[in-house]
Amino acid sequence: MRLLAWSVLLGVASVLAPVLLGPALFVAALLIPARIGVPLTARLLGWLRGLADLHRLWAVRVMDTPIPRPYRSAEPPRAGDLRQVIADPATHRDLRWLPANATVGLVLVGLPAGFLLFGLVGIAAFARWVSSAGVGGATHIDVPAGPYIGEVPDGGDGHGWVFLLLGGALLIASWCATRPAMRAYARFLRWFLAPPQTTRLANRIAELTQTRSEALDTQAAEIRRIERDLHDGAQAKLVALGMSLGMAEKLLIADPASALRLLAEAKQSTGAALSELRELVRGIQPPILADRGLDGAARSLVLASPMPIELSVDLPGRPPAPVESAVYFALTEILTNVTKHSAASSAWIRIGHRGGLLDVMVADNGMGGASTVPGGGLHGIQRRLAAFDGRVTVASPVGGPTIVTMEVPCPLTCASS
Amino acid sequence: MPADLRVVLAEDLALLREGLQRLLSANGFTVVEAVSDGTKLLRSLVTHRPDVAVVDVRLPPTFTDEGLRAAIAARVEVPGLPVLVLSQYVEQVYARELLSGDRAGVGYLLKDRVFEVDQFVDAVRRVAGGGTVMDPDVVAQLLSRNANHRLTNRLTARERQVLALVAEGRSNAGIGASLNVSQKAVDFHIGNIFAKLDLPNSADDNRRVLAVLTYLDESPELQTAPGFRT
Repeated sequence: MRLLAWSVLLGVASVLAPVLLGPALFVAALLIPARIGVPLTARLLGWLRGLADLHRLWAVRVMDTPIPRPYRSAEPPRAGDLRQVIADPATHRDLRWLPANATVGLVLVGLPAGFLLFGLVGIAAFARWVSSAGVGGATHIDVPAGPYIGEVPDGGDGHGWVFLLLGGALLIASWCATRPAMRAYARFLRWFLAPPQTTRLANRIAELTQTRSEALDTQAAEIRRIERDLHDGAQAKLVALGMSLGMAEKLLIADPASALRLLAEAKQSTGAALSELRELVRGIQPPILADRGLDGAARSLVLASPMPIELSVDLPGRPPAPVESAVYFALTEILTNVTKHSAASSAWIRIGHRGGLLDVMVADNGMGGASTVPGGGLHGIQRRLAAFDGRVTVASPVGGPTIVTMEVPCPLTCASS
Repeated sequence: MPADLRVVLAEDLALLREGLQRLLSANGFTVVEAVSDGTKLLRSLVTHRPDVAVVDVRLPPTFTDEGLRAAIAARVEVPGLPVLVLSQYVEQVYARELLSGDRAGVGYLLKDRVFEVDQFVDAVRRVAGGGTVMDPDVVAQLLSRNANHRLTNRLTARERQVLALVAEGRSNAGIGASLNVSQKAVDFHIGNIFAKLDLPNSADDNRRVLAVLTYLDESPELQTAPGFRT
């Protein structure tokens, strides 16, 4: 029923749009040399985009057919950048869509409405026949004005029943045809209004270039940090250690007490260097992750957390090492946020793999209000996972709860041990 | 003290293997075999049945937790085989796994602990004698995880220090020495801790360790919720 209403509405729109916008655009384009045409054309093209956007919205909301926007700029067309707007292939496709929508589109979208209309006409004719002549024997029937399908019966005895039959058949046809016709129309819309292959590829390349450069930046920053940590930490401690040992060697005979003190210092400095290296290694690749994969590493995080965390892991294999590592560090970051900012008393983690997606969900019962601000932790996670085409979504209404979902497309390899 | 305890040593890095061998030999142990990978370790443990095994967690061929797995597998074949696991890092998950079966004769220490030769040798002996030895870091992590817990909250800073040392398996005298306090003071602290945590006090060091570890690990509020797979 709802779809039938849409059929009527969209059918009317498909005819009205080119009738109104077509000549207007034509005139506006002619006026471009006269300056007044520039803002006018931009405005009209903006409306055209708006109309196309409404159809996209309809396709995704009603028909569950997402149609991505193909435009080069997300901004509505302005007089200033009319040249770029006109050069945009998506604008050309919009313009071609307008007449196509009024013809092919109208047939698809109008089919159920048409059937309904003719069906009702048939029923009305039958009703008229019944009331004017009675079922007994009519000699003449006034056929209601309007388009007609099939032979118009000339009103012989009992011919009025044909209207009922035809009308009923059309109503049933309208009922049955609605869903397939609307689905076909949604596909038709996608054909015209979604970005063409080349645009999609161009967008994809832009996205890959961006995420690749970000991934390389992150990596370079990490390496710089590691270098600095080694230089200021473990390396310096080893130098101190060597010095203590050298001094102790010199003093061993002459001043055994001082030598002993220096040796104790050397031992201490070794311990400090070791624990620094341990921390550093944890930051590069936690050993538990290498040993036991995401499952073991998540359990380790849960065991180290001050709050009770429920963990369920359902992974039949192991994701590729880079994904595993990125997701692990994302998980530590999220848990740190939960502990520091959420005031939650408990949390849960669910890790699974469905439909080629590694799916990690972290939820807490805290006060919510978490958001992805540029430069923030969640934003960093988003950027790092983007390198794997991963997606991070945060649902955190004020008052809580907070649910962070990470989805990363990746295969699983069988766990080998 | 028995004459010489027989040790099987597993460590893949030659430098450390030889160092440990030297350290143990110099301190009244006989190293019956020093192996360098997990497969050899399991075979060696089952044939030699040593008094104690000193095992590095990470061993070839997988360079993951091969040593730990071999040690756990060996304890299945030779029940009660004392095993001291050494590692570059302590991991609660591994501590749990080691403690999840028979807790007698189990140890888990950072490699750094060999610096303190006497304490390390003492730890090896305690494990050989059926004791439980946990690294101070394991205990510290358990304590910090339980920092907000209502019972551990009641402990003073000093009592926490003492508790950590108790969990390591130290004797009252050892705790006193490392905190520079009299043994009497240690006795007093331990009495307080056990009373505050509602734990049965015991003069036996090892039963004490187990009581504390169990408490830290298994308090109902602290248990990890079900749903996790092992």
